[in-house]
Amino acid sequence: MYTSHTKADKEEMLKVIGLEKVEDLFQCLPEQGKFPALNLPDGITEMEALDELQYISSFNETTQELVSFLGAGAYNHFIPAAVDSILRRSEFYTAYTPYQPEISQGTLQAIFEYQSLIAALTGMDVANASHYDGATAVAEAVNMAYHNFRGRKKKIVLSPAVNPQYRGTIHTYMDGMNLEIVGEDLGPGSNPDDLIELIDENTALVLVQYPDFLGRIFDLSALAAAAHEHKALFSVHINPISMGLLKPPSAYGADIVTGEGQPLGIPLSFGGPYLGLFATKDKYVRKMAGRVAGETVDTQGQRGYVLTLSTREQHIRREQATSNICTNQGLIALASTVYLSLLGKNGLQELAKLNYHKAHYAAEKISTVPGFAVNPVQPFFNEFVVQCPVPAGEVNEYLLEHEILGGYDLSQIYPGMTHELLVAVTEMNPRSEIDYLVAVLEEEYHD
Amino acid sequence: MTEKTIFELSRPGRIGIRYPEPDVPLADLPEKFLRKDLPLVEMSENEVVRHFTKISQLNHAVDTGFYPLGSCTMKYNPKINEETARLPGFSQIHPLQPVETVQGALGLMYETQQWLAEISGFDAVTLQPAAGAQGELTGVFIIRAYHNSRGDSKRIKMLVPDSAHGTNPASSAMSGMTIIEIPSDKNGNIDTERVKAECDDTLAGLMITNPNTLGLFDENIVEACQLVHNSGGLVYGDGANMNALLGIYRPAEVGIDVMHFNLHKTFSTPHGGGGPGSGPVGVTKELAEFLPDPVVAMISEGDEETPAFYDLVTPEKTIGRVKSFHGHFGVVVKAFTYLISLGKNGLLDASTSAVLNANYIQALIKDVYHIPYERLCMHEFVTEAQWDDAPGIRALDISKRLIDFGFHPPTNYFPLIVHEALMIEPTETEAKETLDAFADALLQIADEAKNDPEILHNAPTNAPFGRLDEVKAAKELILKTQLPENYGKELS
Amino acid sequence: MKTPADLKYTKNDEWVRIEGDEAVIGITDYAQDQLSDIVFVEIVAFEGDSLNQGETCAVVESVKAASDIYMPISGEITAINEALADSPELINEDPFGDAWLLRIKMSKSSELEDLLDAEAYKNLERDH
Repeated sequence: MYTSHTKADKEEMLKVIGLEKVEDLFQCLPEQGKFPALNLPDGITEMEALDELQYISSFNETTQELVSFLGAGAYNHFIPAAVDSILRRSEFYTAYTPYQPEISQGTLQAIFEYQSLIAALTGMDVANASHYDGATAVAEAVNMAYHNFRGRKKKIVLSPAVNPQYRGTIHTYMDGMNLEIVGEDLGPGSNPDDLIELIDENTALVLVQYPDFLGRIFDLSALAAAAHEHKALFSVHINPISMGLLKPPSAYGADIVTGEGQPLGIPLSFGGPYLGLFATKDKYVRKMAGRVAGETVDTQGQRGYVLTLSTREQHIRREQATSNICTNQGLIALASTVYLSLLGKNGLQELAKLNYHKAHYAAEKISTVPGFAVNPVQPFFNEFVVQCPVPAGEVNEYLLEHEILGGYDLSQIYPGMTHELLVAVTEMNPRSEIDYLVAVLEEEYHD
Repeated sequence: MTEKTIFELSRPGRIGIRYPEPDVPLADLPEKFLRKDLPLVEMSENEVVRHFTKISQLNHAVDTGFYPLGSCTMKYNPKINEETARLPGFSQIHPLQPVETVQGALGLMYETQQWLAEISGFDAVTLQPAAGAQGELTGVFIIRAYHNSRGDSKRIKMLVPDSAHGTNPASSAMSGMTIIEIPSDKNGNIDTERVKAECDDTLAGLMITNPNTLGLFDENIVEACQLVHNSGGLVYGDGANMNALLGIYRPAEVGIDVMHFNLHKTFSTPHGGGGPGSGPVGVTKELAEFLPDPVVAMISEGDEETPAFYDLVTPEKTIGRVKSFHGHFGVVVKAFTYLISLGKNGLLDASTSAVLNANYIQALIKDVYHIPYERLCMHEFVTEAQWDDAPGIRALDISKRLIDFGFHPPTNYFPLIVHEALMIEPTETEAKETLDAFADALLQIADEAKNDPEILHNAPTNAPFGRLDEVKAAKELILKTQLPENYGKELS
Repeated sequence: MKTPADLKYTKNDEWVRIEGDEAVIGITDYAQDQLSDIVFVEIVAFEGDSLNQGETCAVVESVKAASDIYMPISGEITAINEALADSPELINEDPFGDAWLLRIKMSKSSELEDLLDAEAYKNLERDH
């Protein structure tokens, strides 16, 4: 039982309040509709609840049971046991926002370390305590650019190779702001440099993904220069694991870096909770939405941390705040902090390379299957587009019969890409799984 | 008690985790894209675990002590919820898997939608919003989309009571609304005369919290909703205070059209040091077609032989998606576990006990602490922490002194309409002895405030840290570890 | 609380010093006291910009609040107090002197009638 009162406790408490029965506590509520007869079952015991949830979960086929090459914004990575062990410390997970810093230094120092790691990973000056996920981090980047120019610049140049769900979220968030969003109709085959001619003086933000939604890596220098020439901000969305190998967006002059932090030790969990990474340059720190922890000292001179810059946030600025965001993803940010601490500089590089090599092995082997091809020109990280001889949906159905989650069917978002499959390979795919995939494809699609 | 940072603990060459050697041939790396430095840390697993364990012990948390933080519902987080969310069948499924491979997950989401609808009286529910603030934003987008779909796009005026959470006006502003603040009347209810004065053909709606942030059931809410409806507006309910109403009153009954739930408040999912939350939104039948994309629908009911079939569907006039994928599924599993564990009898008992506990503390301290709106409260109440014979004592001082007694302070300085506000929400999961000890501490502190105010000004003295210098933090803005210049420069 | 008699005031706690066809603008002693320790000042317009009465010209941030500062009268900005960027605390120390925010060339002298004199400003009703 989660409540403690005995009958005697209740009677005594009611006496102190001056009431006879608990129903009297609700005397000011309208009579009509009070104490509705809910059409719900009565409670069950912990034993029964666990049984029930286990039963429900058995209707799901997991990435452990299936061979998975599915990515497209959520990736199957190994999570060291120490991550969950720390998450289960209830000093962390049963605390709330550190409003009282004297008794919240655990949470505050973890946020400060998270900010430090994300700044280092992205090469940026400063990171916030996180947003809800990659999609909302990207939407907040647009929102920040809009506010940075005080609504005077009304155009957003958005790459068509940004995750379609993120683009959708941007449209939902910005619907009331009368922004012009251009670039998406260039189509997935376009390059970042194709966006350059869309940039003008009215452009507040240029936004790309790196590696992009189709896994490709492009040099972003020219695009960044064009954005800056027109005094627009340049924002890059990353996959954090790729940062173990690739130049960070700061090397191209990014003003904002966002990321989906899920690969950093967060379980797939059917899509959430995940983690929105957000970093920027010092000069935009006051335009950045969300919580931030800063270093200071206490009355004894001990180094400690507090939430700072909070006057920008909704609880003080109300309708004048940059964003309505309130929480960060506290516990998920903590998971990524522990994960990055364990991997460190060497582990993250090793992991990034492992993903890179496996993905390239898979791409090469899949290309050998008759009718299948992978564009060999553009560099990629751990995800790539496979051209199939038949519609990608059919390939997926066939693979699922062999217990394989084939990849993401790109026709769902790019109507022209009927035969294209987006395939992700991580350290969780041993060579035997890749070879199995190729063998199954060969069996069906041999000459 | 200062603990070193991970960067200070780092030593070159230490390794926390190793990966298997590549079992495939090595591909050429793309030279021009490779990074030259990576200034992360280098630590062994033991060092990492000890560090985070040590800093965890600097936190106050529900599991370590009473946490009467008003408006946040810091109830006990059942351990079984943590187990069920981690079942591989829930934690190891990809959000883009074919629906036939995730029928368990979709079924659980569908059932959760049904439970929330039944508890609140709404007709349809989305689980997508990531937190309460995003639920509000979703709700305001839905209101805007509703008006626009009727060609009524001049409705951009949103009424927000002065006692509202700051997220209410901020969410409205983000969707391009103009905010009109509505004062509270002398009983702490919404001032319906002022609502009436704003009722015209530019009114988009009213955002209202009930019970309101004073912890009071708004006695004018039915009238306020009618006024807004009569002039063509819609009413948004901030469900932050739903913990007072489970099995007691359904928000849809008073005339609310759209409302968010906070699974991390009302339905026992952990607050996680600030997240992840989850902010499902319930709506009336007329608004269901505007819900975010996607929602879970039952396509065919099951029978003895075949289980029911569920799918993700796009509502006809959807506002679009507000985040990736389908919401904070892992949090939803925890809330669902809680819902079926408590059942309708347990939910009623939870809310009843929450209201009983708040009224009990209010009764114990009200002779000493001024209650600005003295009525029976709901699950929380607000007191004014100031006395004429204790000049210089502020709500902050009382809060810090409570720390010395081992309690987390109440919410202070909110709602803004009460001077030196202390907002106390005990929740249903606290035993009578805890409530007694807390009330005793408050009474002792009131006495100290008058006779020995220095104790309060210097508090806390038996916490890991004394008061922290917020001015220094805001001026210097040290937002990350300051690294030596060459840190992490050399890459293997 | 100081309220120099030679200045004009607004209800929003800005002050104005008239110098010929120019005016200097700042925030009052009362305002800085309400805000407490000022940690950041951002002038949100540039020299040469013309702003109308009531438009936001600066944001003053303390640990407690971030407040928009509005143009008391319309005009073209001729100078910005650069010292506030590094020393925001000047507003706490010398609100009527070193901590001026903007100098403008007035464009509508009739707006001067909207301003309060020191006596009227002192008599404004305050919540607390």
